[in-house]
Amino acid sequence: MNRSQTSGFFKAIGRVLPRQGLLTTEEERRPYECDGLSGYRELPLAVALPDQVEQVQKILSICAEYEVPVVARGAGTGLSGGATPHREGLLLCMTRFDRIIDIDPVGRTARVQPGVRNLLISETAGRYGLYYAPDPSSQIACSIGGNVAENAGGVHCLKYGLTVHNVLRLEVVLMGGERVIIGSEALDTPGYDLLALLTGSEGMLGVVTEITVRLLPVPSTARALLASFNDVEVAADAVARVIGAGVIPAGLEMMDNLAIRAAEDFVQAGYPRDAAAILICELDGTQAEVDRQVELVSSVLREQGATAVRVSSDETERLKFWSGRKNAFPAVGRISPDYYCIDGTIPRRQIGRVLRRIAELSKDYDLRVANVFHAGDGNLHPLILYDSSKTGEFERTEELGGSILSLCVEAGGTITGEHGVGLEKIDQMCVQFESCALEQFHQIKSAFDPNGLLNPGKAVPTLARCIEFNARHVHGGELPFPELERF
Amino acid sequence: MSALDRCDSIVAAVTEAAERETALQIVGGDTKSFYGRQPEGALLSVGEHRGLTHYDPTELVVSARAGTQLSELCTALANERQMLPFEPPGFGDQATVGGTVACGFSGPARPYRGSLRDYVLGVSVVNGRGEHLQFGGRVIKNVAGYDASRLMAGAMGTLGVILDVSFKVLPIPEAECTLSFESGEREALRRMNEAAALPLPITGSCYYDGILKLRLSGSAVGVSAATANLGGVVDSLNNRLWEELAEHQHPYYGSPLPLWRLSVPAAAGPLDLPGDSLIEWGGCQRWLCSELPAEHIREAVRAAGGHATLFRGGDRSGQTFQPHDPVLHRLHLRLKQAFDPHRILNPGRLYPEL
Repeated sequence: MNRSQTSGFFKAIGRVLPRQGLLTTEEERRPYECDGLSGYRELPLAVALPDQVEQVQKILSICAEYEVPVVARGAGTGLSGGATPHREGLLLCMTRFDRIIDIDPVGRTARVQPGVRNLLISETAGRYGLYYAPDPSSQIACSIGGNVAENAGGVHCLKYGLTVHNVLRLEVVLMGGERVIIGSEALDTPGYDLLALLTGSEGMLGVVTEITVRLLPVPSTARALLASFNDVEVAADAVARVIGAGVIPAGLEMMDNLAIRAAEDFVQAGYPRDAAAILICELDGTQAEVDRQVELVSSVLREQGATAVRVSSDETERLKFWSGRKNAFPAVGRISPDYYCIDGTIPRRQIGRVLRRIAELSKDYDLRVANVFHAGDGNLHPLILYDSSKTGEFERTEELGGSILSLCVEAGGTITGEHGVGLEKIDQMCVQFESCALEQFHQIKSAFDPNGLLNPGKAVPTLARCIEFNARHVHGGELPFPELERF
Repeated sequence: MSALDRCDSIVAAVTEAAERETALQIVGGDTKSFYGRQPEGALLSVGEHRGLTHYDPTELVVSARAGTQLSELCTALANERQMLPFEPPGFGDQATVGGTVACGFSGPARPYRGSLRDYVLGVSVVNGRGEHLQFGGRVIKNVAGYDASRLMAGAMGTLGVILDVSFKVLPIPEAECTLSFESGEREALRRMNEAAALPLPITGSCYYDGILKLRLSGSAVGVSAATANLGGVVDSLNNRLWEELAEHQHPYYGSPLPLWRLSVPAAAGPLDLPGDSLIEWGGCQRWLCSELPAEHIREAVRAAGGHATLFRGGDRSGQTFQPHDPVLHRLHLRLKQAFDPHRILNPGRLYPEL
């Protein structure tokens, strides 16, 4: 846009919004320059803060008319750069949509606006003995609209599913400004499953303005087991054994020694500092059921070589076991100037082998890696420790991250389990998908947003980009001209 | 039955149909030809493309070719004490994995354990351009790319010919128990909702002819504790009840009248529609045998926040599925265009224009 078009655009958007709803000065825009993936920064053209769905409709229709890209954002806790602004685009910040509209204790649903924090839903539904199951680590801060956009997971996915399994109905505004209802409070809707398609679509297909989620009864009992191992691969193999014994734990998490020590220094969760790995296994249900499962899982873990198994004796101790895991990311943040979180998922039986290979890669790249992850789902979260003030270290970190993701794909897994592709993993999409599948994704995108204005450049790479990426990464990760520095 | 990979010939058949722009009707075991609008086009059989392609019980994941019989898959899982948690009905011995996914059918456990689409992890399909595409995978968490695999569930083959599907599976519960309660309809609906709000292992519910039945499944101790909690009479006579309900072998389904499936919110009260009805899924799925005009039924169900499907019988030349509003209709047309631009895959089976 030229200067007069930009000023016409700002005027048109400004008329739609309440006072202080449109931020255009640099100092106002600066706080929005990145999401949780702070290595990627961009100043948006402007930031819009609507609080009514009609405003969102008008904004999207004006942006369509002026052909201005739109990036929707919630709390900005995402870890893949999905909400990184577009330099020539409007950042549509949905945080003022912060009302819980209704909780229906009979039908067990909550109708909420997209800016509502994940944890607030469970806190509010708690008075009816109900809760919202998906619990990403960022649940204190992250908003439910972002959870839908990313199909967020959490530590309880293995038993209770991801966001896609727990959302019933969405109100969505399309790029032209039309409002559409996807799903319903019934268990299905006729026609295509657009609810599944929209969930995890990373803001590429529409802007979610209202969400109805399913609530579950709070289990009457939950207990956690803390098992120590003196070998990472033995711990990894024990994960498959627990599942093989016919138990579906509410959560099954693993931490390696570097993560254990970092967490212990930070919150004193009572973890064994000398263990090579720990597993935290939560079992929930009725009292009798939990007692029986605790017995069964304890004996499986011991048989599999656990050096110690502790069982939480009360709620305080259960929460203490979890405190180290839930604070593991900030704990790692204390032992390194920066860290980079990877999100690949692999078949469970590959965990041991892939962790060993990650340790080798960590040596090759001379970067420390801490592992703290959803073992029950096979969802790895290697945290690469680096220092962004050292020249080239971030670039080396990204390259190590890319190698780990290629390793996940090669092991039969995927480049992202719950954080999304965003900007960060867009090149790895070329490893995961063949070009005709990527082309099909572009056509899905066009069906919703024919002019490609919603969150452009994210989630799905262009075929040209993949050709370029593949040319740089031939022969299983070996670069041509390895002597050249790449920044 | 021996495993056979017919992938290449299916892809070739679709490619040829795309070039000639001739319609194909996709058939697996031909058990669900009663469902949806009247099929049309040349037969494309996927029944021979069969066999399990991957099964590792400790991964809780199974993959099968589309023509694999559903019964063969369920037997292989049962041998490892695992199951498809959504309990899909087959509506015939020859039912296949591909047809089951295309129809998106789930059984009695649906409101408690989730639907077929909830357990789909990945698919491989041929789209209407003859391109062989893979979406999703064999891992439980996967958010790379749009969720095109779940999009295939219930799409009635109109977006792609399903070749291979991966499901998440779960262990078969150790114990099961059915409880009976005498009750009126309103009271039964209230009880279904109240029971679902308790942290109890409920996995099935049904109300018919003045009797509410609830099924509990889980560990033996868990089921017996829940039984004591809920009261009612332990129903030990009919072990096949839940299977009969899923497969429509229950006496209720003997009626010659058109069979309607009404999908409504759990908290919806009794619907004001005359005719013999049966309620399942905690109140969310209600069956109605009725010759009332479609618009009359749909209006009542829409008012309750749901939709109505002409499931079996009646006029299949009209809309068997509830029509969409104009914006949703347009999204459906564009998605169809994105996957099947020549409109050759099961045209008109789901909606007349798709």
